[in-house]
Amino acid sequence: MTDSLFDKLGGEPAVDVAVDIFYRKVLSDESISHFFDDTDMDEQRAKQKSFLTMVFGGPHEYTGKDMREAHAPLVEKGLDDSHFDAVAGHLQATLDELGVPEDIAGEVMTIAASTRDDVLNR
Amino acid sequence: MATLRFDGGEIPCTGDTTVLDALLEAEQPVAFSCKTGMCLTCLLQATEGSVPEKSQKGVKDTLTAQGYFLPCVCIPEEDLELASPNDADLFSRAVVTGKEMLSPNICRIVMEPATPLYYRAGQFLNLRRDDGLMRSYSLASVPHLDRQLEFHIKRLPRGKMSNWICDELATGDSLDIQGPNGPCFYLPDRKQGNMLLIGNGSGLAPLIGIARDALHTGHAGDIHLYHGSRHVTGTYLHGELLELESEFVNFHYAPCLSRDEPPAGYRAGRAEVTAIADFPDLKDWRVYLCGYPPMVKSARQKSYLAGAAMGDIYADPFDLRDLRTEPRKEE
Ligand code: HEM
Repeated sequence: MTDSLFDKLGGEPAVDVAVDIFYRKVLSDESISHFFDDTDMDEQRAKQKSFLTMVFGGPHEYTGKDMREAHAPLVEKGLDDSHFDAVAGHLQATLDELGVPEDIAGEVMTIAASTRDDVLNR
Repeated sequence: MATLRFDGGEIPCTGDTTVLDALLEAEQPVAFSCKTGMCLTCLLQATEGSVPEKSQKGVKDTLTAQGYFLPCVCIPEEDLELASPNDADLFSRAVVTGKEMLSPNICRIVMEPATPLYYRAGQFLNLRRDDGLMRSYSLASVPHLDRQLEFHIKRLPRGKMSNWICDELATGDSLDIQGPNGPCFYLPDRKQGNMLLIGNGSGLAPLIGIARDALHTGHAGDIHLYHGSRHVTGTYLHGELLELESEFVNFHYAPCLSRDEPPAGYRAGRAEVTAIADFPDLKDWRVYLCGYPPMVKSARQKSYLAGAAMGDIYADPFDLRDLRTEPRKEE
């Protein structure tokens, strides 16, 4: 039996470590931080955990429609390809920082890329 | 959709509407304040039906056991039978035993509760005047050091309660108190760890409680307290804090002025900016933030970015409702 992508990455504990690295990067990036600048930081962080679980190939129940709905208010505020690329960049940098091997990181980035049209509501 | 039964009527609650909003829409005379699940002003009792766990966060277990919950953060999943809170469950009396102005805008009141109150330094109580007007105020006292309850009340421009307390409340008067509430208090499990306390205005009240609690129970790590104010007169416990600093080597006090030219011993700039510039690496620190909500929000983000774990940041944004231009429904 081969391990799933999520197992190879270290499962939920890996998400817990990754979320702070990732969320700090996003909040420090002024080109996108306003999207994440919630009063309720705990809730925002929880949502970013859902994001990471999803792209790490972990268990989730989000559909393409859910992704559209979750990001529709952001698209209304101007979310576009440049923001998507910035988030993807921070995801890649997070994986690098965690020392995730290139082939596994590649799988993560492929999942993320596959959501682009839904996230941008196209 | 859930149906709310309250005061003989049936009120529909649809979609993402909270119980509080449904009641307000139906013009029910319910008290509320922060609408974010913090202040506990809107507490109601569900006598039938169960409420989501999230809506009981921060409510004492003796009260949740009786079905008390926070309507402002409750999106009901089933029909509920609601009852107004039973006064005796929530409130007790306290008499004012001392009052003094600490600065032109901040008043210290000391109260003696009719029955002893078990609380942690840094928590807050709701004070209620006899006509029902109620506001949240942080405790500045420490249960094992001070016999009485102490509050620092800041006079707000249109603040009904704060102006009444500053101008009219007198020694010997009684008020209703509800509490203690709030998760912002000292935790004795990491005695070696450093603590960063940042407050502005009367946000100093809970912080001095937390600092004294920690210091007097043998906290070994450093405790840095940054108090922000625009003017020198706003650093209303300057003398007491300098004394505390000379009494405990691990306590450090930094008064920060964002408007006035800083005299010797003061720092120039906003408290949260100065604090994070002094301590850019907050990994493994505990951080306490109290006061004006925009400061708390910005300090929370800065602390997190400086490496503090989200769970180690305790925030108490003061609900300055009196500053709202909208009149309160129930007033
Ligand atoms: C790379 C592809 C992306 C995926 C797979 C993804 C996934 C997710 C997921 C699963 C959630 C949680 C939804 C929920 O539980 O409500 C979420 C929320 C969120 N995402 Fe994304 N996301 C992506 C890209 C982006 C981008 C590019 C931005 C903005 C620059 C963004 C900003 C947000 C924000 C602000 C939220 C929270 C929304 C709220 O507060 O309800 N996401 N995302």
